[in-house]
Amino acid sequence: MNEWNAMNSSEPDQMSETSPAPLRGGDLVLRLAAIGVVIAGIAGLFLYAGGWFNPHALSPATMITAFEQTSGKHPGFRRNHAKGVCVSGYFESNGRGVALSKAVVFLPGRVPIIGRFALAGGQPYQADAAHTVRSMALLFKLPDGEEWRTGINNIPVFPVNTAQGFYDLLLASAPAPATGKPDPAKMSAFMEKHPESAKAMQLIRSQPVSSGFADSTYNSLNAFRFINAQGVMTPVRWAMVPVQPFVPYHAPDSGQADKNYLFDALITSIQSHPLQWHLIITIGQGDPTADATLPWPPDRQQVDVGTLTINQVESEDTSPARDINFDPLILPSGMSGSDDPLLSARSAAYAESFTRRESEHKDPSAVSPAETGK
Amino acid sequence: MANNPTQFALLSRILHWLMAAMLLAMLFIGVAMVASLGNYHRLVAIHRPLGIMILILAAIRLVNRMCTTLPPFPPTMSPLERRVASASERLLYTLMFALPLVGWGMLSAGHYPIVMFGPWHLPPILPANPTLYAVLRQTHTLLAYLLFATFLAYLSAVLFHTLIIRDRLLNRMALWSTRSRKSKRSSTT
Repeated sequence: MNEWNAMNSSEPDQMSETSPAPLRGGDLVLRLAAIGVVIAGIAGLFLYAGGWFNPHALSPATMITAFEQTSGKHPGFRRNHAKGVCVSGYFESNGRGVALSKAVVFLPGRVPIIGRFALAGGQPYQADAAHTVRSMALLFKLPDGEEWRTGINNIPVFPVNTAQGFYDLLLASAPAPATGKPDPAKMSAFMEKHPESAKAMQLIRSQPVSSGFADSTYNSLNAFRFINAQGVMTPVRWAMVPVQPFVPYHAPDSGQADKNYLFDALITSIQSHPLQWHLIITIGQGDPTADATLPWPPDRQQVDVGTLTINQVESEDTSPARDINFDPLILPSGMSGSDDPLLSARSAAYAESFTRRESEHKDPSAVSPAETGK
Repeated sequence: MANNPTQFALLSRILHWLMAAMLLAMLFIGVAMVASLGNYHRLVAIHRPLGIMILILAAIRLVNRMCTTLPPFPPTMSPLERRVASASERLLYTLMFALPLVGWGMLSAGHYPIVMFGPWHLPPILPANPTLYAVLRQTHTLLAYLLFATFLAYLSAVLFHTLIIRDRLLNRMALWSTRSRKSKRSSTT
């Protein structure tokens, strides 16, 4: 510090000229005003870029605040898919994915994974229910230090195709304070405004629900791009298809079923034997990549690129997976997002949710270490 | 620079303007990306490697700063103003290092991979830790606002000297050589 001062002050003042005469009143005011305009202009542009002049615009913060408003604030928990349990295991690639993507994960061999099963919704203590969307989140740890993170759901298509649609649905399906159930008038208004969602929800409802987490198929919903070593780009969607046979859902026998019966069944089955899924890549052929409400035709080519094995289960109270943001755009080289606008919106909203919960003290999870045996 | 002591060395001037553009772009990208859903990913993908490039250039710049002789302050600057100028220079240098390092540390603590280009990524510099992440994330924002405020104050001072005092302070940092013009002027006045 002193050295810097010394460097400056040791230099003799060599300016050969003196300043011009002081400015006259009018000119001075004009020049001062010009400086003010420049400074205020740059500051204004900065605030504009940060959305300060449009506080009601849809942003990561407004999206996550909407979750807090509709589900209540649950410090330390994810704002969506709040109720969950953490797992680990490995993915064994069969090498067939190499033709589609140069991603290291598709080279033949095994990579460790950690992950999380969860139920959609912002309430971490909600009772398990058949029609609540189930999710699987995975982090593949690749040998070169890269990561592939993905969050996939047991529905065939996503109910919305834009962030605005998602926000509208979130508000429309919020439980009304009086009844504790969504307001039917708000839902029908939403459906009218979003015909694509009405169609998608019809498709979602028509799909038979499986008995639990273990026999569910989890879909990427969004489209992605695979790039192989030759530089060829392929539009894809992926799914984890269970090795466990599909058993149709039937309601638990007594009306007083445990609130965690879906999670308990998952924990019991992982503790008795590893669960497995095939990673199935569906190749798009001119199919829509920017609209997650639209299914791709069922006859599209599918490639089984490897098997996921899950053999450990742990409460998020102790698992490192609690502090992982399963951002769908954390992708290894050889994969990239498509033009689906939901991908960037998910990435942004997940980051906001992550930042909020990491600074909060978290209460114990519904699925406890005692239940998972850890 | 020895023959033209009223200007900063050419490398210093190039680094100055290059980093000015990068830092300003970085501040705007940063503030825009955290408010954006649709452009978030695109902006983050630029923000991360650009931040690391700024860190590398800051190191080069610091070494260059230590190795070169500076032009003197113009006589129009009072001793107090010189002290403020030196202090703000030190603050700017500190922020040029602190912001990328806090960003890198924050991603490390947040269990994020630090992706640069393609498969190329950086190792974590801190252990994954939620509290550490939360503190660094907040610090990153505060330092960015501090940098922007310092930049505005600094720009105001330069504009004041250039437009009001008219002591040709800006010539010290001009990318072109200002010597010939100056000597011509002083011979005619």
